[in-house]
Amino acid sequence: MPRLSYRRALTRALADELARDEAVFLLGEDVRVGASLVTTGLAKRFGAERVRDTPLSEQAFTSFATGAALAGLRPVVEFQIPSLLFLVFEQIVNHAHKFPLMTGGQCSVPVTYLVPGSGSRTGWAGQHSDHPYSLFAHVGVVTVVPATPADAYGLLVTAIRHDDPVVVFAPAGAMDVRDDVDDLTPVPLGRGRIHRFGDDVTVVAIGHLVHDALAVAEELADQVSVEVFDPRTLYPFDIDGLTESVARTGRLVVLDDGNRSCGMAAEIIASVVERVRLLAPPRRVTRPDGAVLPFAPALDRAVQPGRDQLATAIHLTLKDGS
Amino acid sequence: MTDADPVRLYRTVRLIRRFEERAVELVHGGQIVGGIHPYLGQEGIAAGVCAALGADDVLAGTHRGHGHVLARGADPARMLAELCGRVTGLNAGRGGSMHAADLSIGVLGANAIVGASGAIITGAVWAHRRRGRDTVGVSFFGDGAVNEGMLLEAFNLAALWRVPVLFVCENNGYATTMPVAGAVAGSIAGRAAAFDIPAVRVDGQDPETVRVAACAAVDRMRAGGGPELIEARTYRFDVHHTFEHAVRLDDYRPPDEVTRGRVRDPVRIQGERLADADRAAVDAEVEATLDAAVRFALDSPEPDPAEALTYLYASGLTARTGGG
Repeated sequence: MPRLSYRRALTRALADELARDEAVFLLGEDVRVGASLVTTGLAKRFGAERVRDTPLSEQAFTSFATGAALAGLRPVVEFQIPSLLFLVFEQIVNHAHKFPLMTGGQCSVPVTYLVPGSGSRTGWAGQHSDHPYSLFAHVGVVTVVPATPADAYGLLVTAIRHDDPVVVFAPAGAMDVRDDVDDLTPVPLGRGRIHRFGDDVTVVAIGHLVHDALAVAEELADQVSVEVFDPRTLYPFDIDGLTESVARTGRLVVLDDGNRSCGMAAEIIASVVERVRLLAPPRRVTRPDGAVLPFAPALDRAVQPGRDQLATAIHLTLKDGS
Repeated sequence: MTDADPVRLYRTVRLIRRFEERAVELVHGGQIVGGIHPYLGQEGIAAGVCAALGADDVLAGTHRGHGHVLARGADPARMLAELCGRVTGLNAGRGGSMHAADLSIGVLGANAIVGASGAIITGAVWAHRRRGRDTVGVSFFGDGAVNEGMLLEAFNLAALWRVPVLFVCENNGYATTMPVAGAVAGSIAGRAAAFDIPAVRVDGQDPETVRVAACAAVDRMRAGGGPELIEARTYRFDVHHTFEHAVRLDDYRPPDEVTRGRVRDPVRIQGERLADADRAAVDAEVEATLDAAVRFALDSPEPDPAEALTYLYASGLTARTGGG
């Protein structure tokens, strides 16, 4: 069974789709050389026309991709830095996302926005460490945050084949995860995955935090039976899958590397409590309200959701519900 | 397949003129909600530029975009139905005045975000050419857009990658109420020069002058040239937006300037090139077309609220409803 890193899974997905479909092309800063270490080797194999280095003009090349998609191509736009999404939010939301409705169904805009290294990379400070997936879920752009190499491959392939814009967050904290992967296949959107079954509490963890949740579940195994649910897609969200889980466990904790107000955790909890009567108040472990990641490593870690906080939250739901 | 026929050029400006006048009436009558940004006075630009285009070409316009869509050949009845929010509209009533689009004829849409069309058209033209077509594109924008960073980024991309996009600046002197002199450092043509994009300034009030300039640019682009810019000086005869018919803003345009600005009328200028009988025949045909368009629009059904978000996702994804 071959070992595959998350990062190489993304590379494989890009290579397979470039090979499979002439309409696919890659656009972004330093993609020819592969500064993100994801597009490595693709320019040599597919040529500079299909692996296109751009000037530092994020707004223009994001809308360039929209135009190319309107003309029948399937662009994949790479952003090396998650915070660049704030810069191109307008181009994605106001144009790529709105065109199908505004034109009354005359067009589709199949663009994939790939963000390798989202969230904290430790030491990259305030303008390189954001994790703004909730913004895209809020406006209704398909948003995926794979946690494992197999899902990174499968969701990126699905994103590229999807007929609407998709943002693919590949968290920095997951990029070096390695797994035994023998079956690389597309992963459907909107379908979560239970990584560990449990009876007492469902922990929803997003992206790289899935691995933290699994570690905490293992640590607490002699005290509490934790189920770990990975939504994989944040929009559309697998609320049926999560409802089924929480209906069994009766308790819910969400681990989310976004800011607290109006974040994914808030949405997930609201969606569950609309459907399920819980045994205890739900808990969420998130970045603080309005968090800007400070530079110093200890401060950076201090505002990211941590394993201790998760363990505490799990214990609180058990105490509250007893 | 450029169109040098003066009668057809006149028909285009006359059609846009009367379409806009009828649309303003429908705004006042309450049949068009949200108002419009009338293209009155600027008709010669859309008409002249679109006469230079071929079947595979694409364009995108602005919030003041009716003229671009009509000049490209969209059905005036379906265009008017769109303005009236009817299911028979070009966009099935989902876009309205500021987003009217007809992708079947290469109109990627009016676009209400100032300066947005440049990069979209650049990408579309590049993609069509990669797929083996001889496409050129037109990005229409106003003088206000020349201060938008994303348009200047698009100039750079198009020039760098030699994508044949004709950037057409409709300089009507004002970005809403802001005069060019108060907003534009340097010059509009100078922005093109910074990217080695050839630029010409033309009299946008003369449809034939615009057509000749656009044909020359399109010919050079089809022969392998990169993007070009035309700055068409023009004057909008009416308001920025029809809300000004109800709410009088300060005289941001001096009354004598408006009077002078309206003297050079593109419909009259092109009309004088026709024999009286030819002109009268076009006028009558345009009136009949628009009478039918108004009837078609007003007789068309309104969309079903249950289908408000039908076209939200091309993939068929359905959104959760907002109710409890």
